[in-house]
Amino acid sequence: MSDVLTVLPELILAVGAMGLLMIGVFSGDKSYGLLKWLASGLFAVAFLVMIGSGAEQKLAFGGMFVTDAFALFMKSVVLTGAVFALGLSGQFMRERGIARFEYPVLVVLAVLGMMMMVSANDMLALYIGLELQSLALYVLAAFNRDKLRSTEAGLKYFVLGALSSGMMLYGISLIYGFTGSTSFAEIAAYGIGSGTNGLGLLFGLVFLISGFAFKVSAVPFHMWAPDVYEGAPTPITVFFGTAPKVAAMALFVRALIVSFPDLTQQWQQVVVFLSVASMILGAFAGLMQTNIKRLMAYSSIAHMGFALAGLATGTVDGVQGVLVYMAIYMLMTAGTFAVILGMRRKDGLTEDISDLAGLAKTRPALAAIMATLMFSLAGIPLLAGFFAKLYVFMAVVEAGMYWLAVVGFVTSTVAAVYYLRIVKLMYFDEPNENIEPLKDRGIAYVGFVTAALNSPLHLLLIWPLTLAAGLAAQSLF
Amino acid sequence: MSLTALAFYLFASITVFSGFMVIASKNPVHSVLFLILAFFNASGLFLLLGAEFLAMLLIIIYVGAVAVLFLFVVMMLDINYTEMREGFLQYLPIGALIGLIVLVELIMVVGVWQVAPEIIGTPAVAAAPDLTNTEALGAVLYTQYIYAFQAAGIVLLIAMIGAIVLTLRTREGVKRQNISQQNRRTPQTAIEIKKVKVGEGL
Repeated sequence: MSDVLTVLPELILAVGAMGLLMIGVFSGDKSYGLLKWLASGLFAVAFLVMIGSGAEQKLAFGGMFVTDAFALFMKSVVLTGAVFALGLSGQFMRERGIARFEYPVLVVLAVLGMMMMVSANDMLALYIGLELQSLALYVLAAFNRDKLRSTEAGLKYFVLGALSSGMMLYGISLIYGFTGSTSFAEIAAYGIGSGTNGLGLLFGLVFLISGFAFKVSAVPFHMWAPDVYEGAPTPITVFFGTAPKVAAMALFVRALIVSFPDLTQQWQQVVVFLSVASMILGAFAGLMQTNIKRLMAYSSIAHMGFALAGLATGTVDGVQGVLVYMAIYMLMTAGTFAVILGMRRKDGLTEDISDLAGLAKTRPALAAIMATLMFSLAGIPLLAGFFAKLYVFMAVVEAGMYWLAVVGFVTSTVAAVYYLRIVKLMYFDEPNENIEPLKDRGIAYVGFVTAALNSPLHLLLIWPLTLAAGLAAQSLF
Repeated sequence: MSLTALAFYLFASITVFSGFMVIASKNPVHSVLFLILAFFNASGLFLLLGAEFLAMLLIIIYVGAVAVLFLFVVMMLDINYTEMREGFLQYLPIGALIGLIVLVELIMVVGVWQVAPEIIGTPAVAAAPDLTNTEALGAVLYTQYIYAFQAAGIVLLIAMIGAIVLTLRTREGVKRQNISQQNRRTPQTAIEIKKVKVGEGL
């Protein structure tokens, strides 16, 4: 019974998803709007139950599942991201004729997978949570099945995702073979391994990290991100850019910190490489983009690099930095995509960055939201994005990895170029095409809320956020 | 060499050979047939390990359902193989390089492998000798691994939803039986009375 109580939030989502499915099957696609609200309601209920059950560490199902402060923090971020994604998908999905009842159901199931990933405390639970999430995301990427771009995105994501799952499974099987257990705690107890067996464990670890890198789209496993971001329907891209990244990062952090504490020196090298490569590629490849969704994909690759820099330290402060970073990253991304969904001309949505020209004259509110988010993404002081980077790089410097911090500073300056170019376009260029006024209230709300949270107003909230992140990070060590 | 060892080497070598032929044979139908052969031999290997339940599952599900269905699909789809192989040579060098690196790594790992003497013959969940495979699996599936088992069920649910979302189309102009509509028919709605003039017909 205590096991069931521990997984109650997940259970609510699982049973709720089936309930939504029943409603959808019997009343058809006209229940889409209702199901979206019900799905958001499910997330809220799961969140409240989760908060209510507290942050002390609880194990369930023979240690396969764990809830602690870390899980609580990451699950809250995941749930918030999912609610934003649902809130942004009203008008867009209806116009494309893809407002089908399966969409909210698949989002709930994907979030279920993410919560299981965040709470995974065993390689088996890790893999199943990951597959649960990925399978729902593959379907969502191809959701606009009559559009070639969308199906291509779905197929590409599926094939590359299957490849990464294969690599990860291979790594897990090596780890299991050399340590004799799939449980994180027992793998940690095994340590480096006696004699030469450590080498095999290390190989397994590298394969496992490759799989994680795929899911967080860190270089060199990033190639799916731009195509999938561009091809998938935009509200689904919002979802891709927020919740799954957070969940995958949570898994990454927990698996490395909890199950390989003795191998920190070894995995640090791999994570540092991933981090540096992601920061550099994300910053430089983003400079050439003309499509704003592709730009956001490269931007997310760069941001994953920054977050991984925090993980690379392997310290409590570093993990705290990662948590703060992921929470703020989720807010920035959701807000930016809200503006992208608001970029509507007479002949429909546009994704061209040049169409933002002169937005400040035609739509000052939208331009102000976008400018705030762009400054925040660039990490300009006083905005939330600055503090995200600050915490990570403070931890990096404290750990004595000065050159990693230098790479971070340089690449974030380079990346600032493409964010500031958008601000320049909006405020200093002549409008060439009018962007129509917003009709969808969901977009307006999400845009406004995220911009407010990223603006200097966040100074009121950053203290509790870092405190919670600190407690969450502490619970892993 | 004992009979079991002989059987093992026979099954194992045929499995590896047919696995290779799956990717090497030019005709996709032959590929699927080799896949079926690989499944058969793998189930033989399971039998040698004493896992008779898994062996039967492999035959019934993979050979009986999956592979045969796969064969149908391959035969129905007109796959142009020369077109598919166009990019093959282009990516061969980098593919070969990566394959070589992984091979070297594997040799390094296997080369230093030391199996701890005490773990030989100790499976993760030791099977009781008086239990059949099915009972033993059922005993852990619904107790120790209930979490993973139920989650796997949800994965399958997603797969089902996904298949329907991506492929089901309601076709126009298909006549369907609607029983309540049929029962609601009255002579007024169903019969049309026409006067037929003598000698002219309709």
